[in-house]
Amino acid sequence: MEALVDIQHLVKSYRRGDQIVPVLTDITLHIAVGDFTALMGPSGSGKSTLLNLIAGIDKPDQGILRVAGLDITQLSEAELADWRAANVGFIFQFYNLMPVLTAFENVELPLLLTSLSRKERRERAEMTLALVNLTDRMDHYPSELSGGQQQRVAIARAIVTDPTIIVADEPTGDLDRKSATEVLDLLNQLNQELGKTIVMVTHDGHAAARAKSIVHLEKGELVSAAAA
Amino acid sequence: MHTLKLIIKNALRHKLRTTLTVLGLVVATLSFGLLQTVVDAWYAGAEAASNTRLITRNAISLVFTLPLSYESKIRGVEGVNGVAYANWFGGIYQEPKNFFPQFAISGGSYLDLYPEFVLSDEQRTAFLRDRKGCVVGRKLATQYGFKLGDVIPIKGTIFPGQWEFVVRGIYDGKQATTDTSQFFFHWDYLNETLLKTVARRANQIGVYIVQIDNPDNAAAISRAIDAQFKNSLAETLTETEKAFQLGFVSMSEAIIVAIRVVSFVVILIIMAVMANTMAMSARERLSEYATLKALGFGPGFLATLIFGESVLIAAVGAGIGIALLFPVAKGFSAQLGTFFPTFEISSKTLALQAGAALVVGIIAAIAPTVRSTRVNIVDGLRSIG
Repeated sequence: MEALVDIQHLVKSYRRGDQIVPVLTDITLHIAVGDFTALMGPSGSGKSTLLNLIAGIDKPDQGILRVAGLDITQLSEAELADWRAANVGFIFQFYNLMPVLTAFENVELPLLLTSLSRKERRERAEMTLALVNLTDRMDHYPSELSGGQQQRVAIARAIVTDPTIIVADEPTGDLDRKSATEVLDLLNQLNQELGKTIVMVTHDGHAAARAKSIVHLEKGELVSAAAA
Repeated sequence: MHTLKLIIKNALRHKLRTTLTVLGLVVATLSFGLLQTVVDAWYAGAEAASNTRLITRNAISLVFTLPLSYESKIRGVEGVNGVAYANWFGGIYQEPKNFFPQFAISGGSYLDLYPEFVLSDEQRTAFLRDRKGCVVGRKLATQYGFKLGDVIPIKGTIFPGQWEFVVRGIYDGKQATTDTSQFFFHWDYLNETLLKTVARRANQIGVYIVQIDNPDNAAAISRAIDAQFKNSLAETLTETEKAFQLGFVSMSEAIIVAIRVVSFVVILIIMAVMANTMAMSARERLSEYATLKALGFGPGFLATLIFGESVLIAAVGAGIGIALLFPVAKGFSAQLGTFFPTFEISSKTLALQAGAALVVGIIAAIAPTVRSTRVNIVDGLRSIG
């Protein structure tokens, strides 16, 4: 299958004072179009760093990272920002919604970076909120929603621009079992029915089991990559 | 949803903090405006001075007089259109605290040189006909309740004795800046009394007011007048009315400088308070800014949010402060009575208030904006607001 994400010999380290701490060492990985990949591993294994690199919010020290054929390591900060706006949908563990905006306004937010008219933005945001079953909550502020509902708003925000790839960092990490199941059902729906490529970091075996493939990382190295 | 809406919602997120900051801005803007108005009031006399009037006084000091005989000589100088004269009287009305300027003037010739003192023909005639008559300014009349026909007793200090004057006219100012807190009576009345009581002090003039044909000739005419009396017993110093007034202002220069400094210190203090407010807000929202950056929003959008919020808070505070300045200045002026001849809020003061608030808003946003736009997205997402 055609690779959407093509990672070759990726290296990343962080500086902690005078020390250089290696986080990822020589990662080579391919994620196919329409895949739903779970990145697993213990704390400090580098899975979130790998997700951040794929999402274009961090830059590697060495290696090649192509997404849909574009080597994003060569992009400037401004070019990366534009690329993220057009190609990446973010889902965070703690939702990261704007507390002063309603659910509708949060979903509409990424569309402000597009050339859509106000009417088109409204239609698109309403349609996406309907997709995550939150039509009746669109005028509610995040503080008026449960954790599961907030994460569904975040998912709506992630898909409203129809991105190439969705990256999810522990999307069920802050949710109870029922809400987590609802969120995973939604991700499965996005992957299977809309063909969205999803890369998800998780500690949760149940969540990983919902993915099509699982990648294990340990101490910054790829241990295994297999179908779930 | 628009950026402005987001700015407003952010500004109102911590209502107590925003309210206290706005309150500080109101106090600072109001204080700044009031202090600037006090400084303006000090300069009001100089600002209102005519550029076609010169003042001739004794070259040694204003406390020394000039002979009455100088009038005709000054009138003969080329370029001089009119001459009037006045003496500072310096009497006490009821109590020393009831201060207002009193001048013995050369009747009609003096009034002719001051067209900004608006007096009806009837009242002018009544004043000129009555030797003991006086003309008072509207502000003074309002403050002490003087009406036409009232007899005003004034205890002389420079010219001892109990003096009585009858109000024959109340003048208004042509402009808002015209001094209407003055009291004028006939120099002839003063002089006649002096001839009877202290004859050696009679026929003496405090200052001559000289009307000239062209302001461009002021320097030349001044030199010509002073040259006439060179090496006499009473040499003269002639200067423009503005320079004469500024001479009085310079006596209080240290106080004026102190007031100016305090007014700007107030702005610096509120700038620090405002900067602290914006820094706290930006620090709390670091993860939100990182999220926005992750979503693809650039530094310009974050800068718009932070600068917008800062300038909005500053504008609201300044707006209330400016609006409050009018009633506060009115009350302040009423309390001061005739201490300041005019106490008007100038458009320059309003512009300075608005400008200072804008500068406060902009400067307070600089550090938080720099920090927020430079934040690493990964680090920002980890931060807890």
